[in-house]
Amino acid sequence: MAAIEIPVAGGHQADSHGDPDAMYLTASRGIRSWLTTLDHKRIGLMYLTMVSIAFFAGGMFALLLRIELFSRGKTIVDAETYNRFFTLHGAIMVFLFIIPSVPGALGNFFLPIMIGAKDVAFPRLNLLSFYIYLVGASLALTSIVMGAVDTGWTFYTPYSMQTMNSVISMTFGAFVLGFSSILTGLNFLVTVHTMRAPGVTWSRMPLFVWGMYATSLMQVLATPVLAITLLLLIAERFFGIGIFDPKLGGDPVLFQHFFWFYSHPAVYIMIVPGMAIVSELIATFSRRAIFGQFAIAMSSIGLALLGFLVWGHHLFAAGMSEFVTMLFSALTMLVAIPSGVKIFNWTATIYKGSVVWASPMLYAMGFIFLFSIGGLTGLFLGTLSVDIHLTDTYFVVAHFHYVMMGGTVIAMLGGLLYWWPKMTGKMHDERKAKLGFIFVFVGFNVTFGSQFIMGSRGMPRRYYDYLPQFEPFHRASTIGSWILAVGLFITAYTLLEALWNGKKAPRNPWGSAGYEWMTDTPPCLANFHSTPVITRGPYDYHLATPEELATGWDEVTAEADSAAKKK
Amino acid sequence: MTEDLMANVTETAPAGAAHDEHAHARPSFLAHHFDTPAQQFYAAKLGMWVFIATEILMFGGLFCAYAIWRGMEPDLFDLAHHFLNKTMGATNTVVLLFSSLTAALAVRSAQLGHRNQTSVLLVVTILCACAFLVIKYFEYTHKFHLGLLPGHCFGHPWFSGAIQNGEEVGTCVRVHADSTPGSPLWVRAVDESGHTRLLPPRANMFFGLYFVMTGLHALHVVIGMSILGWVLYRNVKGQFSKEYFTAVDLGALYWHLVDLVWIYLFPLLYLVGKPE
Repeated sequence: MAAIEIPVAGGHQADSHGDPDAMYLTASRGIRSWLTTLDHKRIGLMYLTMVSIAFFAGGMFALLLRIELFSRGKTIVDAETYNRFFTLHGAIMVFLFIIPSVPGALGNFFLPIMIGAKDVAFPRLNLLSFYIYLVGASLALTSIVMGAVDTGWTFYTPYSMQTMNSVISMTFGAFVLGFSSILTGLNFLVTVHTMRAPGVTWSRMPLFVWGMYATSLMQVLATPVLAITLLLLIAERFFGIGIFDPKLGGDPVLFQHFFWFYSHPAVYIMIVPGMAIVSELIATFSRRAIFGQFAIAMSSIGLALLGFLVWGHHLFAAGMSEFVTMLFSALTMLVAIPSGVKIFNWTATIYKGSVVWASPMLYAMGFIFLFSIGGLTGLFLGTLSVDIHLTDTYFVVAHFHYVMMGGTVIAMLGGLLYWWPKMTGKMHDERKAKLGFIFVFVGFNVTFGSQFIMGSRGMPRRYYDYLPQFEPFHRASTIGSWILAVGLFITAYTLLEALWNGKKAPRNPWGSAGYEWMTDTPPCLANFHSTPVITRGPYDYHLATPEELATGWDEVTAEADSAAKKK
Repeated sequence: MTEDLMANVTETAPAGAAHDEHAHARPSFLAHHFDTPAQQFYAAKLGMWVFIATEILMFGGLFCAYAIWRGMEPDLFDLAHHFLNKTMGATNTVVLLFSSLTAALAVRSAQLGHRNQTSVLLVVTILCACAFLVIKYFEYTHKFHLGLLPGHCFGHPWFSGAIQNGEEVGTCVRVHADSTPGSPLWVRAVDESGHTRLLPPRANMFFGLYFVMTGLHALHVVIGMSILGWVLYRNVKGQFSKEYFTAVDLGALYWHLVDLVWIYLFPLLYLVGKPE
């Protein structure tokens, strides 16, 4: 024993940010402690709040769009306003919600815990990335005051050079948001490389961390290209440098190449975190080691790398040589391999597992179903001959939403329900959560399933008006969007209700073998009372002791009983 | 519930070891979430390398655009590059290379704990950066006077200014390709080696790339100067030692990136001519 006495509970020194062994929500108090916090868990919660607000705003625009399309001609807004609405829906959902959503909220909260670290490698940079996000979001939203943008979220030239000046504030906002994204990615990369606790080898690293690692790689390597693209667009608008203007010798298709060089990896920045969550859910609720852990980890990296080679498939109809289109088409097909590896390994894990039908598992199953549809229709679009017919139709819209909403958003909801007890210390009502899932799942399929049919029959995307034969599909889609909205409200209510009405959550309510469940619920400020030394993998149910897998419900009930007796 | 279940799980590090770790006083520069100074240093260094990767990709977009246009218009690039001053460009290259040397020497003297020497070397580096910007300023103003500006501004008499009797008077002459008003301007001007050359309107693309690439680089020079200035401030305050010199190391690393980008910009823009 050393001569210096240290507190029994742990080996940390208290500093200005509070006692490291105190629960993170109460370790320090007051609004200032939140605004200046360096704790990755609090920053994760602040991100969660902001992306939820962004999701709500983007969702409202989506509902308005669907109402407008309920009947032909003008329903509630005119064509100009409609263009602004779909641009805002897209830009808010992509730049303000989905890109920062899983890394910013769940990644920030759980990545350090899952590798046994006290915090991310650069806590100040982490807080800075959150504030940069706020600045970027404000800049993007000032464009609404300045007359909103009507270019679509892709800001294609030459239209984006001719339309209103609010394009500048919107693109500058996206530019700034990119910095926030780069900083988060950089932080995670370094954290994974340098902060793993003893025993967390690369092969033992949880698949959520692997997914975040692949995502960070893409954020770091792709986002700078968006930055330069948007800078050039802004320079084009301010100084008319002509780089995208054919009159001055420039090329508008170059913008599309630049834009998609970022934005194709960006769609993987959006979906890979969803897959990362689902890997955790499937393992926990199948109660067995995940099948092909190494293959799933490598498929995330594979997606990250392939994501950089396929941007050209967004330009099949924009003017490229035949040879290049064939090349990009073939490369696009390759994406199906890592995606398929994941799907098959997940289903192989469920096979003969002891499946527990908790609400997060329902979302995981929903993810597999919806992402399979979204992924396979992606192959339709990657096939040259078919794509010529489907380019810029609702088929593309439906494909994109099946992957992004049916994939990432569903996975994120599942992840929130799964980790909510750990984050807040409160259990949600499973009945309401399952009811919410049914509404979300049915509503989603009605909304976007009908769009597949419309698109394959030639309904172009972004059109304000349509031919009579599309009316039934548009109506079905609009009604589906209401069902979906009801489901999302039920789920949001379930999560919020848990905060004031929920039962106290035990340490490991789902009986998972994952590392994050081995610490307190909610975690203490330093995540673990002393640096853990890991001796088994996060999915090694056969090596985990009964105490580790114990759900802890007995203790919680006993505590509640004794509390009741005292009264 | 309060005890740490990780202890069961996985056998925590032996209690004695944990105590020993804390028996040694943690150095004041070691942040709370790192276990050792080495871990903190490697994390910081890796972070800077990753950041440098992002910078290279950002410039990569511009180099890509450059490659496309030079491939499409090799003759135009040859013609337009005569208007870049090779002497000034070469001087700036030497200035930056020298500043990179002093930055590297500053890291070494920081590692050896020679505080004053580090300060002197950092000051020299920052002065070199200033010299670079001053030379760049003269280059830019000369382009402005000739009307060699990007895009719509190409041939615009903003800075050379005077218009007499509807004819512009300046160091260059603007020529209309045909007599229709509003037709694109050609620019006839004297290049850096004294030849009078006629530049077609499409030459604006070259100057567009020139200004965007060197402008973004100059911005990085300014950022690099601020970083080195901050490192200098901390060094003067005595915050670095043989054990802790991370900021000096990283600041110099960033400065090498700024240098490296210029090493590519200089030949690609100034030295692309065909043998005459």
